[in-house]
Amino acid sequence: MTGRESAKSGQKPLLILRNINMTFGGVRALKDISFDVLPGEVHCLAGENGSGKSTLIKIITGVYRPQDGAAIEFDGQTYAHMSPVTAQNSGIQVIWQDLALFPEMTVAENISFQTLLGRWPRFVNYNGMREKAVKALARLGVTLDVDRPLKDYAIAQRQIVAIARALVGEAKLVFMDEPTASLTQSETDHLLDIVRTLSASGVAVVFVSHRLAEVLEISSRLTVLRDGALVGAYSTEGMTQSRITELMTGKTFDQIVRACNAGGNPVVLEVDGLSRPGQFEDISFTVRRGETLGITGLLGAGRTELALSLFGMLKPRSGTVRLEGKPVHFSSNRDAIAAGIAYLSEDRLSLGLIQPQSIADNLVIASLGKITSGGLLSDSRKRDLVAQWITDLGVKIGLQGDAISTLSGGNQQRIAIAKWLATDPKLLILDAPTVGVDVGARAGIFDIVAKLAETGLAIILISDEVPEVYFNADRVLHMAKGRVVNQFMPADCSLAEIEAAVYA
Amino acid sequence: MHKVVQSHATEFALLAVIAIISIVLSFITDRFFTLGNAFDLLNTSSVNIIFAVGLLVVLIAGGIDISFAVAASVVQYVAALMLGWMGGGGWISGLLIAGTLGVLLGAVNAFLIHKFRIISIVATIATFNIYFGLLMFFTRGVSIYNLPDWLTSRVVLFEHEMADGSWIEITLPVLVMLICVVATWVFITRTTTGRQLYAFGDNPEGARRFGINIGGMQFIAFGWLGLMAGIGGLIQAHYAQEVVPNALYGRELDVLAAVVLGGARLGGGKGSVLGCVLGVLLISVTQNGLNLAGVSPYAFKMIVGAIILVAITLSNTSIEKLLPFMRQEEGRK
Repeated sequence: MTGRESAKSGQKPLLILRNINMTFGGVRALKDISFDVLPGEVHCLAGENGSGKSTLIKIITGVYRPQDGAAIEFDGQTYAHMSPVTAQNSGIQVIWQDLALFPEMTVAENISFQTLLGRWPRFVNYNGMREKAVKALARLGVTLDVDRPLKDYAIAQRQIVAIARALVGEAKLVFMDEPTASLTQSETDHLLDIVRTLSASGVAVVFVSHRLAEVLEISSRLTVLRDGALVGAYSTEGMTQSRITELMTGKTFDQIVRACNAGGNPVVLEVDGLSRPGQFEDISFTVRRGETLGITGLLGAGRTELALSLFGMLKPRSGTVRLEGKPVHFSSNRDAIAAGIAYLSEDRLSLGLIQPQSIADNLVIASLGKITSGGLLSDSRKRDLVAQWITDLGVKIGLQGDAISTLSGGNQQRIAIAKWLATDPKLLILDAPTVGVDVGARAGIFDIVAKLAETGLAIILISDEVPEVYFNADRVLHMAKGRVVNQFMPADCSLAEIEAAVYA
Repeated sequence: MHKVVQSHATEFALLAVIAIISIVLSFITDRFFTLGNAFDLLNTSSVNIIFAVGLLVVLIAGGIDISFAVAASVVQYVAALMLGWMGGGGWISGLLIAGTLGVLLGAVNAFLIHKFRIISIVATIATFNIYFGLLMFFTRGVSIYNLPDWLTSRVVLFEHEMADGSWIEITLPVLVMLICVVATWVFITRTTTGRQLYAFGDNPEGARRFGINIGGMQFIAFGWLGLMAGIGGLIQAHYAQEVVPNALYGRELDVLAAVVLGGARLGGGKGSVLGCVLGVLLISVTQNGLNLAGVSPYAFKMIVGAIILVAITLSNTSIEKLLPFMRQEEGRK
């Protein structure tokens, strides 16, 4: 236990955990964890997938019961273990990653949902619910139409609704599990402001996130877990992203600019004056063999729409697209795939992979034509193809027939990449490939991307995290309001320069 | 106004389709557009509306039920036998018996679905066959005609002769239907349990995390449909003045189509009582109009099918796209 810091300024912690042990079927998920949260602080819980963060949260919220000998003290009360009801009643609220909201119900009903609970039917007090909801939103400094169904609002607002719901529950301590995973930069900034408001009003927030930049920005203290054991608790003052990565993984990652000059290679994709009014205007660029082109920009910059147009899923109004010199017009993504374009979608979990199906079936879905024998699918060819890609990309799997949902985020992402590589593309478009993937696995994915570029594949890497494109692309286009406003060469400029331009 | 239209798009679309069909029919036949006919429609649709509001509750909770119509037949038959043994009975004992039997049969579905984790459509297709098989086996398809007098005599609560010579009548089935509709509306929109049902249908995992009793939700939803099926079954026997074991066979799909037409979503969390009633009425209006227009009954199903497609398309494409002034509103946002 290195770097352990005693509670600052002698403040008595709101939550004190000691001797937390947890075993699942012989595997020790948590080993002798201690964890403190001060009243009103923003505390970050960091660790890679499988490090025990979620297990710890579930123990504090009463979903799991720790092994004997554990001591939990919350708000002056001592417990041997929590139950969901005691946790909620004493003021511990969780905002789950999937939010657990009800899209068809109104915003007011979602926020004041607790008033609808109870075994015996009562008449619903809609006015009371509305008032509570408006009040909770006002505390967060947000106005939403509380009478509209939640489905009318985007994910960023739903997040706020989930936070408002925690406030109605008289929260003293709020856990936020990956709250920014599906938000863009500007939405994230807004959410972080709200977290600050919350903490200023005396509610302690425990923040779980993979994005280290925002961890440093928002939290005052940090507890790091690795492989179910406590690495330590630290002040975020003077902490850097690379130091946190080191603590989380136990390894050091040197981030270096990989950018090289592919200027002499033949052009694979040439886009000229491509427009789709309202989404993007007059886009021109080229991508060469072996080159990685980064595209970054804020929400609404038109990045994804541009990618979908190149992939044949949206129709551009004007402009031309040339693939290896030949003009192409795709009427569907089937045409684009046949022409050699692969697209790894932003929303990998819902769109990119078919969760209940097997690893093998997911991997071959886009290249079924290659594994037929006499017009019928051949199981042995499928096995060979899958085995080859799994070795090439270093994916850790159990059996080929296991459901894809059994894999970790990083390995799922590799399968999704392999699925497209199996189609032998000339151009690979990666749209936000590391959303929901932890640091160690991210490095693995970008290693693969770099190797693919070396083999001559042209790659477009889309991300709203500027460092991601800065460190992994040879050239970076900055899109804003549907236009390319800037081009940067990472080899010749600093990260701060690009960040200043994008987040300005 | 815009907000009201937007949040009740399905209901407005249905009203519009009903209005269009009514206007067309009133040109084709002179009998259609009379108050007398309107009340006739209400009387004949009562049983289907009672079934429909029951089924609505199950759909909102994320389930589906294929068995309720044959369950209603079982209830009719057993209730008729029990009333015979009791030596007559009356409306109160009749409704109590029918309601209780219905709830029991619904609870069987809920039990199978909750206890053995069988998907509701599979569980209720099984019980549909079991209920109907048992009924036909034990009755050998024999109908019951000697029902108690109170059950077979028409109860007219209000009647009035119009200037055009047609009669407007409100009969007992209409009153019972109104009570069922209002009760369902109060239940699902005004009580905490009703809102829990919506939440459960909308996001079962979310509901579970809040400690909502999942098994309880299934029993309440299928129990409510069972209650409505029982009451509807008795009312149908009263309306038909006989109990024919296979009279309601096939009714489940008509009612299901009407409820889905009314905006309920297969998959849960969505649906309104008004939409559901309008859905049934749309189908009844069409059948009644075609009847009056002298169209062959064999063509009914085909035309009703086409209307379901049109109405569903209308309500899915959302009103905004069809009305230009709405589109402007949208653009300004």
